[in-house]
Amino acid sequence: MSNRVVITGLGVVAPNGVGVIDFTNAIKNGICGICFHQQLKDLNFSCCIGGIPQVSEELKLKYLSPLQLKNFNSNGILYGCMAGMDAWKDAGLTISENSETNWDSGTVFGTGSSSVEKLRESFYKIDEGNVKGLGSTAVVQTMVSGVSAYLSGILGLGNLVTSNSSACCTGTEAIIMGFERIQSGKAKRMLVGGCSDDGPYIWGGFDAMKVISYKYNDHPEKASRPMSATANGFVPGSGAGALLLESLDSALERGTKIYGEISGAAMNAGGQRGTGSMTAPNNEAVQRCIKEAIADADIDADEIDLINGHLTATAKDAAEINNWSVALNRKGDDFPYVHSLKAMTGHCLGAAGAIESVAAILCLDNDFIFPSINCEDVHPDISGIINAGKIPQVLVENKKLEIIAKAGFGFGDVNTCIIFKKYKA
Amino acid sequence: MTNEELIGKLKTIVKPYIKNEEAFKNMNEQTDFLNDLKINSANLVDVILDVETEFDITIDNESMEKMLNVKAAMDIINTKLAEK
Repeated sequence: MSNRVVITGLGVVAPNGVGVIDFTNAIKNGICGICFHQQLKDLNFSCCIGGIPQVSEELKLKYLSPLQLKNFNSNGILYGCMAGMDAWKDAGLTISENSETNWDSGTVFGTGSSSVEKLRESFYKIDEGNVKGLGSTAVVQTMVSGVSAYLSGILGLGNLVTSNSSACCTGTEAIIMGFERIQSGKAKRMLVGGCSDDGPYIWGGFDAMKVISYKYNDHPEKASRPMSATANGFVPGSGAGALLLESLDSALERGTKIYGEISGAAMNAGGQRGTGSMTAPNNEAVQRCIKEAIADADIDADEIDLINGHLTATAKDAAEINNWSVALNRKGDDFPYVHSLKAMTGHCLGAAGAIESVAAILCLDNDFIFPSINCEDVHPDISGIINAGKIPQVLVENKKLEIIAKAGFGFGDVNTCIIFKKYKA
Repeated sequence: MTNEELIGKLKTIVKPYIKNEEAFKNMNEQTDFLNDLKINSANLVDVILDVETEFDITIDNESMEKMLNVKAAMDIINTKLAEK
């Protein structure tokens, strides 16, 4: 008998809201966190806009010490630590340097790429012949597991401590890996999530690929347009999302708030065969992944109330909707509600699945559906499959939600799907 | 430069990316990069970078979006060469 796994803590650092309270307010009100960045324009980027969380120096010091912040140049790790520590405290757990090692708690906290700003700074020093200038923290800031290593030290984690990486699946994959570890009884609590750096050095490659939006530099808040006929590619974002997953037994024993349950999940890949490639999904694999998650959760596809899609605002949005429709065998009026957080945050890459899962759980816990903004002109290829009314343009409140399906897809033709369910004893 | 010369230069450029030899052999003005030559759409930006280097021109985003077949590529290259 495997353990049931529930969510007992949330933390988020998003372009449109830092901390669960601000983020909840932002997503309910359709507040977009995408801004124009002169630095990108000066560097000849086609897309001069992006989503960057607003974090003051004062706020940083509430999470990391002045010593930790010395020579620190890894905003992904900063966001990950903030979200992770918030999720931990939100679950009613304490943070103390003097605590014993917590053998029952671990973390899977991922990132798409390691701290590129710190790497760049280090490369310049090395090329100048100043390798000693790298100091003591260049390694820990640039190792891919940096974020999980920082969190482990802050929280005293003694179970599995690792960082996963699977492009834009990273956040959702981390959640599933933690879920499975608790399910199998190898940990009682897993802090799971994903983080992503921001700035030109991480976003440049996407700009060169021409997969990001270049037509809305004068209207940043309108630029990220998932499912819209006038979508022009994704808008890059950054930040972190974190969930504290816990065995149901442990959560009940501690008497802590339960936000919801993970009732099933699936991960697969398309092998870059069929319609799949390094950068495009194998549709058959996506459909299998969704169906496997539904089977794993032991639910019926008709029970899904809401889809929190991957939906990036590229030409692939219609294919995603079609994949959901085929996998669920639901279309037109019968299709569940569907929305995309990326309209408000941009595509937060390695953090996307984690930030979006935090949003999904807030919807589930509080019975609301945040608006899928910038989609007043639903793409005809999408309205040909589903009733356009299934994409809420405004906040839907007091909507009883029992089951939300969350998917994440990534370069490398990798797929993830999680079924979040309202907790019932 | 004649059209034949231009197509010849384009053939050399697209050769590493094509997946359909037959269509490549018969490449002409009507040939589509994605549907006929089966070039991975992600590689189109690399084709365009190679075109920019070969002809010493700069291709803007709007032109880039239109460069999906040989005819469009030839028109854009000729326009940019004339602007030089």
